[in-house]
Amino acid sequence: MNETYELRAGETHIEVHKFYPGAILIVAAAALVLQASMPVYVPNLSILDLPLLVTIYFGLSRRNPSTGLLLGTAIGLAQDALSGPTVPLGFYGIAKTVIGFLASSIGAKLDTEHPAARFALIFGFFVLHQAILVLVRRLLLAQPEPWFNVHLAIAAGVNAVVGTVMFVGLDRLRRNS
Amino acid sequence: MVAIPSRHKSLALLGGVLLAQVLLLAVQIKKDSRGRLIRVWAVSAASPFERGGAWGFGKVRGVWDHYFALRTTSRENEALRVENDALKLTIAQLQAKAAEADRLAAILSFKEAHASAPMLAARVIAVSAGTESRTIEIDRGERDGVTRNMGVITPDGAVGKVIAVYRDTSQVLLLTDKEGGAGAMLMNTRTQGPVGGTGEPTMVMKYVATEDEVKVGEQIVTSGMDKIFPRDIPVGTVLEVKNGNPFKQIRVQPAAKLDRLETVIVLLSQAPVDFPKDADSQNPQTGAQNSSATAPTAEKP
Repeated sequence: MNETYELRAGETHIEVHKFYPGAILIVAAAALVLQASMPVYVPNLSILDLPLLVTIYFGLSRRNPSTGLLLGTAIGLAQDALSGPTVPLGFYGIAKTVIGFLASSIGAKLDTEHPAARFALIFGFFVLHQAILVLVRRLLLAQPEPWFNVHLAIAAGVNAVVGTVMFVGLDRLRRNS
Repeated sequence: MVAIPSRHKSLALLGGVLLAQVLLLAVQIKKDSRGRLIRVWAVSAASPFERGGAWGFGKVRGVWDHYFALRTTSRENEALRVENDALKLTIAQLQAKAAEADRLAAILSFKEAHASAPMLAARVIAVSAGTESRTIEIDRGERDGVTRNMGVITPDGAVGKVIAVYRDTSQVLLLTDKEGGAGAMLMNTRTQGPVGGTGEPTMVMKYVATEDEVKVGEQIVTSGMDKIFPRDIPVGTVLEVKNGNPFKQIRVQPAAKLDRLETVIVLLSQAPVDFPKDADSQNPQTGAQNSSATAPTAEKP
């Protein structure tokens, strides 16, 4: 099996990366478990959204909108399930489905390997993810939710930094071409 | 090699997945007391169509009922009109019977109230055929003890006198006839003067001096001087007063409804007949208007 594919977008050649078998599943599960367990010991780490970072990473890498949105759906629903009875199934699922789709779509058109590009994308996706959550809360659940605050900006920056570093580590899970 | 789905496929998949999750949300969430969110959404989404459907159905039904379903309306209308006419006739008959019953009851009551004065109730069976005379024919005659010059009244007041008696019928000359009349006097001032007919629906009171005070609406009663009527039977009310020389010209409205007589009372003697005093006679205006209204009170003992 080929390890990479090439998408032709004008004159730019963009690789479609493959990962070792089970890598996506293990990484996603680990992100969910860590997301659920880390804040127990270090409350400030709740600012991180590891499932979102994993969704963005695999979306950008796989560059297939269908698989990207399905991965986002699966991770989001799992996060909903682990978030307790106060979070309805579909809350994170909807947001991460959209993020997975957009990340895959953008990844299919742009080179997202550069750390600066990754930082910007993670920052933007985090804000968009939060905006979708607010929309769902306001429109579908009729619950009050602020649109934007300083905490969101800090969280977006922190996640962008952590994600940029984490993506370098996740790059090691790719099969060599 | 992995096939890469087209963008349209991906968008469709995105839409489907999102819709499924939105529905999943709706199934889980309860919104206040209005039940699960999906039910609220379903009702909210369906209600505009339901309202639109109801509005449209109502319009169609209205058009049908008011335009197309009117084929039998004409026949129904005709049948209802016939039925309505029949009911009107029945009502008129019932009203006539009720009125007759009332009249007979009034006569009976009047007779009972004046048991000491011999009198005889009679039914009007005919009126004068010509316009020159104002007479009526009653169903009482010689066999009933009726004789000429007996007074005829109703509970409202004086009617006239018997001018011809036959075996079973009699003819009564009304006060409004040119030859008719009665000895009368003004109730308040006791000024006397005969009241006679002119051939018109109203009468005149004669020989009242110009200097005598006469008010419009004042009641006129019999004086008893004509030996036909006992005293104090209502004759009429003053309708109009004009000064003349040497006598006033006084027009009088008859107390009895002389143009609508159906049952009358024949006075068999000159014994007094008490008519209650009409309080309204003190008020000339109302007295004139309500002269006939004294009848019901006259019926009471």
